[in-house]
Amino acid sequence: MTAIPLRTRRKFLKDLGYISVGFSLLGACSGVEDPMMAERIAFEGPLPGSMGRAKNVNAWLQILEDGSIRVLSGKVELGQGIRTAIQQMAAEELDMDLEMVQVHLAETSVTPNEGYTGASASIQNSAMSVRYAAATARQELLGLASTKLNTPITDLLLYNGKVKSKQSKESLTFAELLEGVQIEREVILPLPIKDFREHRYVGKAIPRTDILDMVNGKAVYIQDLRFPGMVHARVVRPPGYSSQLISLDESGLRKEVSGVMKTVIKGSFVGVVTKREYQAIKAEQYLKNHSAWTATSTFPKPENLYAHIKMIATGPETVKNEGDVAAAFESAETLKATYSKPYIKHASLGPACGIALFDGEILHLWSHSQGIYPLREALATMLTIDANKIHIIGVPGAGCFGHSTADDAATDAAILALEYPGKHVRVQWSRHDEHSWDPYGPAMITTLEASLDKNNKINAWKTEVWTDSHSTRPNKDAGTVLAARYLDPPHRMKSRGYLGGGHRNGDPYYRIPNMTLNAHYYEGPFRTSSLRSLGSFTNIFALESFMDALAEKAGQDPLEFRLNHLEDDRAIEVIQKVKVLTGSQNILDGEGIGHAFMRYKNTDAYIAVAAKVAVDKDQGNIRLIKMWAAVDVGEVINLDGLTNQIEGGMIQAASWTLKEQVTFNTNKITSTDWANYPILRFPEVPDVEVAIIDRPNEEAKGAGEVPVPPTAAAIANAIYRACGKQVYDLPITPEKILKASSKMLHSHTNYSTPNHFVKAKNEPPLPASPLSKPPSPV
Amino acid sequence: MPTYHLHINGSQKEIETEADTPMLYVLRDYLELNGPKFGCGLSQCGSCTVLIDGKASTSCLLPISSIGEAKITTLEGLASHSGKLHAVQQAFVDEQAAQCGYCLNGMVMTAVGLLNTNPNPSESEIKNALEGNLCRCGAHTRIIQAIKTAAKNL
Repeated sequence: MTAIPLRTRRKFLKDLGYISVGFSLLGACSGVEDPMMAERIAFEGPLPGSMGRAKNVNAWLQILEDGSIRVLSGKVELGQGIRTAIQQMAAEELDMDLEMVQVHLAETSVTPNEGYTGASASIQNSAMSVRYAAATARQELLGLASTKLNTPITDLLLYNGKVKSKQSKESLTFAELLEGVQIEREVILPLPIKDFREHRYVGKAIPRTDILDMVNGKAVYIQDLRFPGMVHARVVRPPGYSSQLISLDESGLRKEVSGVMKTVIKGSFVGVVTKREYQAIKAEQYLKNHSAWTATSTFPKPENLYAHIKMIATGPETVKNEGDVAAAFESAETLKATYSKPYIKHASLGPACGIALFDGEILHLWSHSQGIYPLREALATMLTIDANKIHIIGVPGAGCFGHSTADDAATDAAILALEYPGKHVRVQWSRHDEHSWDPYGPAMITTLEASLDKNNKINAWKTEVWTDSHSTRPNKDAGTVLAARYLDPPHRMKSRGYLGGGHRNGDPYYRIPNMTLNAHYYEGPFRTSSLRSLGSFTNIFALESFMDALAEKAGQDPLEFRLNHLEDDRAIEVIQKVKVLTGSQNILDGEGIGHAFMRYKNTDAYIAVAAKVAVDKDQGNIRLIKMWAAVDVGEVINLDGLTNQIEGGMIQAASWTLKEQVTFNTNKITSTDWANYPILRFPEVPDVEVAIIDRPNEEAKGAGEVPVPPTAAAIANAIYRACGKQVYDLPITPEKILKASSKMLHSHTNYSTPNHFVKAKNEPPLPASPLSKPPSPV
Repeated sequence: MPTYHLHINGSQKEIETEADTPMLYVLRDYLELNGPKFGCGLSQCGSCTVLIDGKASTSCLLPISSIGEAKITTLEGLASHSGKLHAVQQAFVDEQAAQCGYCLNGMVMTAVGLLNTNPNPSESEIKNALEGNLCRCGAHTRIIQAIKTAAKNL
């Protein structure tokens, strides 16, 4: 870890100069000795976005009878460890033992409406809101104690659920101070918060407590919930997106499958309710075999996917335009390259599950949705019932890394529970449906063009991005939930969702005087939505591969070339750190180390990634040996949670980079299980090493998406260094390596013009699809 | 419906169900165990792994009628009667070897199966043993470390 000065520039914090409660863990726990007082400093803002909707302390934090704290957060636990991070925040500000803080996540009408759990924003919004609510609660409790104990605040100690007078040693519990009333006070700035130098939890590697529950087989996930009398259900999904039900013959169902309670047919939505889970699976199969559907719309030929995308795309829409790129390109030789990425799946290990109970008045739903309030709006529209009649309880699910199928399973359960009231109806999706109906991360094309000046610095840069929507998450438009599209009448999705995610990180963070970023939006053949880091994955794969190409053109070391275009000290430091991490590596013949840098969204966390690979030149086989990351997310909340996110994100992105793509033919999606949608398996997994640069005086930024985008480029650059082959189209497979020519800049085999390191006046031909038949390995 | 007598986690269980019901559904739906997870139903991901006579096996395609006298151990049956965790369970906690943890059952059970026959596995032996177990979060390196730690503490 890099040591950083304790006192550096502070944007929002200034020293208030008074001493408040401090803490000695030992003393507090034993009760023998009163703790020291920790310094508080004034936080002047801004408050997190989540507080815009919930400013009062009691929206975030409640004091319980026994003096313990219940924290309320609208976010969902999906393996990112947010529960522990939130617990740390409250315990820190209120100087409590962690065990005295319980965290209540995501439940409509109970927790704040924080929209979606996504965009790496849970720390920035939820955890920070809890920090400020807890700090405000502390002020309130000290004020009340001062009055009741007739003691000035400066003579009070607040810790572990009580406030005590230093002089009289008299103390009152939080519950005694509040007398049954919660703290309604608004969070107002400036607000005294604990000086980070006095932190005992925040910034530390506090272990998660839920892993103990996992190894013990406790009911952790929505799939583990059981209720008395609960019944099981499956939905018979159509053979394709636009298929409609023609007929269904269920006459022999009950003879064939035991335990069938009800078949539900509403338009083209078909569900079946059974007593036992495996009976539901058999009943679904029976109904699938005894139903007729209209043909679905066709898909483009896989080898024409990228041409199809360019054909149907609109635009370009100029997202950013600085200086005069056209003029700069007029007087210079330019380098141009096109990069592409196929559709990729969320591919959660646990297929979606939803449980619903209609009690005659209220529809209760248990869901691993990332946005319970928006889901409630979609369901209210679909079912034409008042949102207040829908009660949704967030329950952890398997990691899904974006908007996947959780909302759809909840919607299935809601429809079936209304048809089968009085019982908990549990809908479990199959692997086939999870892989087939998932809203994929969209296929993308990113074309880059740049010129160097006489000092070998980038003078002008142009990015063109072709992208579908990167978020079709639920909202009041009922068509955002899958089953609604098959009801009678169907709800069509009205909007395109969030298009802007496609050009995220399309504009380099490097200092370049002339820069244009254009986006072309297409509405493609597959259902798409947000997948970890949205468009940044493709864009940074393109940008950071291209930076290596430009560095080679400039005759410079790739990292030095990047540093020559950076002025931000934090950016420079992550690059220098990763250089140190990889500095002592021995590079054997056939091996290479590649690097990539990113500042996420160009406003958030900094990361530099390195990858070491070995490439077998005859077979093209790639062995990923090790990956490194140097990361700066600002203030670190949970050191181990952060490290875990970065390690895991690099491994997941390595899997995307080397293995993953949705496959299809003109009639259907063909990657419907793990055999035909392979992901990285243990023998292929590299070592990983992560260095965190903690900057407690800088705003904490999210980490979940951060390791993903630079990983692809680091691997691609390492492969180039190992074997001299540059692959422009993901995933990077042995076949593509063998097919690629061995000269950088001229090696883009997808171009018919072999040498595109020329003043690029004409649009180059489209890259071939990754799905076209690869040549046989040599 | 036929009745089956199964040895599960040291006890005898009587289950009345269809002969083709896979073991995974017997464990989760009838015996209300949470350890084995449904991940694919195709024996491709390892989430549903249990021990059959000490050997790790997926349970999602295994019909109850094929079990016979075999002794089944699930995640719930690893700890001692006094509640002391198995060395592998403890190592997963100590190494914080999980993100979402959905795959964890399969990782722990496969590791126990490995250590039953090979108490000192090399890193490549660990990786090969876990080849059938998928993890989407990328907790692989922590999982490998946890198994190394468990081998030391066995």
